[in-house]
Amino acid sequence: MVENRKTIQVPSQGIVIPRNGDTILQRISRGELIEPAVDSSIKQEDVVLSIKNFNLWYGETQALFDISMDIPRGKVTALIGPSGCGKSTLLRSVNRLNDLIDGVRIEGEMILNGDPIYSPEVDVIELRKRMGMVAQKPNPFPMSIYENVVFPLRIDGVRDKQLLDQVCEQSLRGAALWDEVKDRLNQSALSLSGGQQQRLCIARAIAAEPEVLLMDEPASALDPIATAKIEELIHQLKGDYSILIVTHNMQQAARVSDYTAFMYLGHLVEYSPTAVVFVKPLLKETEAYITGRFG
Amino acid sequence: MIDIDKEKERLPQSTVQKISKGVENRPVSVRKGIRKNSVSLSAYGTPLVWLTGGLLSVAIVMVVGLLVFILVRGISTFWPGPISRFETWEGSVYMGEITRTETFTPSKEQIGTLNPEAGERAEQFLSRGKGQSFRRLVRTGNFELTGEHFHWVPEYEVKSYSEPEWAILLERTAWGRFYGILAGFKIDGNFVTEDPARAFQLFEQHHRSIEKNRKKIMNLEKKEIGGLNQKVEQERLKVRSLSLKMEEIKRQQGDQSESYRKVDTAWEQAKTHYREVETQANEAYGKLREQIQALNQENSRYQFVIDTATGVRAEIPLAEVVRGYPANKLNIFQKVGIYVDRWIEYLTDYPREANSEGGVFPAIFGTVVMTLLMSLIVVPIGVIAALYLREYARAGILISLVRIAINNLAGVPSIVFGVFGLGFFCYFLGVSIDQLFFTAKLPNPTFGKGGVLWSSLTLALLTLPVVIVATEEALAAVPGSMREGAYACGASKWQTIQRIVLPRAMPGIMTGMILAMARGAGEVAPLMLVGAVKLAPELPIDGQFPFIHLERSFMHLGFHIYDVGFQSQNSEAAIPMVFTTAMLLIVIVFVLNLLAIRLRSRLQKKFISREI
Repeated sequence: MVENRKTIQVPSQGIVIPRNGDTILQRISRGELIEPAVDSSIKQEDVVLSIKNFNLWYGETQALFDISMDIPRGKVTALIGPSGCGKSTLLRSVNRLNDLIDGVRIEGEMILNGDPIYSPEVDVIELRKRMGMVAQKPNPFPMSIYENVVFPLRIDGVRDKQLLDQVCEQSLRGAALWDEVKDRLNQSALSLSGGQQQRLCIARAIAAEPEVLLMDEPASALDPIATAKIEELIHQLKGDYSILIVTHNMQQAARVSDYTAFMYLGHLVEYSPTAVVFVKPLLKETEAYITGRFG
Repeated sequence: MIDIDKEKERLPQSTVQKISKGVENRPVSVRKGIRKNSVSLSAYGTPLVWLTGGLLSVAIVMVVGLLVFILVRGISTFWPGPISRFETWEGSVYMGEITRTETFTPSKEQIGTLNPEAGERAEQFLSRGKGQSFRRLVRTGNFELTGEHFHWVPEYEVKSYSEPEWAILLERTAWGRFYGILAGFKIDGNFVTEDPARAFQLFEQHHRSIEKNRKKIMNLEKKEIGGLNQKVEQERLKVRSLSLKMEEIKRQQGDQSESYRKVDTAWEQAKTHYREVETQANEAYGKLREQIQALNQENSRYQFVIDTATGVRAEIPLAEVVRGYPANKLNIFQKVGIYVDRWIEYLTDYPREANSEGGVFPAIFGTVVMTLLMSLIVVPIGVIAALYLREYARAGILISLVRIAINNLAGVPSIVFGVFGLGFFCYFLGVSIDQLFFTAKLPNPTFGKGGVLWSSLTLALLTLPVVIVATEEALAAVPGSMREGAYACGASKWQTIQRIVLPRAMPGIMTGMILAMARGAGEVAPLMLVGAVKLAPELPIDGQFPFIHLERSFMHLGFHIYDVGFQSQNSEAAIPMVFTTAMLLIVIVFVLNLLAIRLRSRLQKKFISREI
């Protein structure tokens, strides 16, 4: 495979024409490894999570091919691409949720703030405590709103009522939910509406001050108004948290993210500032996907 | 004139009608070859709806019919009926309550045994009814005088019928019911009155205090004397365990050793103490006996004088009378009063008369305690087993085999569980416990026999598959997103299970528990081997230290039904009790289920939401 790899010069602007005349997407479909087009401006960012030559297999099927990318600190990075391109798999690899699935095998490495994620001596449970995750469908736990928010602290054995109250209020305020639920913290979380539940999940995810916040299509199960609220919330969280978000919705990626990575069939194709991707992408394939000509 | 056929043609027609009439030609389709002119009935599935609906109604009718039958028979048991008096052509008199009536065809021999006059009248009667007659089953009571509880009275023998005004019914502590005509009241052997109204008044006046005395006597016999016996028994056991220890030391170290001498002194002391306690107990026992004697004497002062149907004048001590009423003089309120009183006695009192009279309180108590204990045992074990199978075990041949084995366990006949329980719990575990901890009491078994603990364990085994299967299903129904949410928060596997999966699966687990309870409360066959007995006046939980006696045998409503219905000498009198007890068992199972269902719905509200 290595001899197939062709080095592509990546200028900071302009479209790269593949040497042999095939499009990149055709080459990916044939199983070739390609070098992603990465905008040089990312190099200047402070890196919170670094993914290096990451491969992943579900049994015999390879789902991720040699992914290398740096996630900048305090920014929102969006992963876009057609269904089955591996965006969610990549996201779930960051907090090692894929470990729960039988037959998953990986190669390569990920580094979170200097600590390796895939190393035999890593305690997965401790590792996951350093990240927050928001799932596609709201998944509040069957307990009160209060207990939902402080769940990450509870499992650490925190008993200090004052601290728990404080964290609960901070997280709910951070998730723009405090005003709506402050009078009914002891009610079941399941009594909330879908949008509120999702914001509750975000509050839970930020309760333990995560180093990275992972979001897997956080608004796809919600109505437009709830979606707008979530997007606004992502804007507010930016800066305090480094967010990696998977989305199906291109407009959403354009609205909320600072950087956008376009993936196709398990390969990273382009990784640039959002403004670049949506105005004048490096590759014509990215432009084709964004304008809806395929995918 | 309107041509109806033509008008019909002008009406809009459905496509099906058009096709069947050939009015409309459908475009050629691939299904043309199989299309028939008329539409198949089965295409609409109507026969299947009839079939399924019909079978469902049959099932419902059967269940409701059974319940109504049991309810009607069970509810009417305690209603006081009138007392009838029959005089026959032969000259015998029968008096009592009519239990039931049936038509029958008497044989020639039956008529032949009658005396000539009676025989002639019988022939006349029978010729009018084409050889058929009917007969009444009369509960005549007075067993000690007549040797029978019931008597069939054929209609052709009846000369006269009446409902005597002062016919009285007495329910007694022994010998069953007594029927007769009230003739007087005696105090200390002397007639106080011969007027029945006055006699009944006196009865009502004294009955309460006599009842109180009887309760006192029972209390003295059970609590006081029982307590004394227990004290003496404890001391005896101390002496016995020391002598056992002595023998052992003698065998190991000989009777000259230091430790032997020590134990020997202790033994002597214990023996002296035992004798002291015994003397004290005997003194106290004597005093109690005196008290009881005095109470008995007080109670035996009062006597009913009653003329029975057979012409015997009987004196019935009031001390033996539990309840008495002039059946034919009661108004509706008095009847309701007696009905309610009998129900209260039935629910709160101990059984009398080989279980065919009195209450079933020990059986209710035993059933509830056993069922709850069983649930307490089976739910944790079942849930833990299901947790392992569903959450931890790696799928494979072994796990499949275990699942098959669990499902097969549900199909094993319950009596087999009883045999297993007897062999394993009573004779192996129980005997081992006795040898380890209750050596002094041997050869009397403590745990090495049937008991409420062993019964609960046996039924827990029996109902285990139900709980495991229900729990596994409940665990599988917990959404994966919820588990992932917990893992993503950094929860360990056990934390996820404990805080998220189990609470969420709790309603399903409760369903398993409800099913197990319903199955366990109604099971009788295994209990006959491992602890349910005909009569157990000592309850598994009472005021005696250590308050919970799990080694005790117990009474069970299901076994009570079997015992009263099929093992009773006075089976005719027991039949109504069978229905009442069956009704009670159904009600208890229903109530236990209702409680569990309410608990489940509360959990459901708490843990399971509408899905968005």
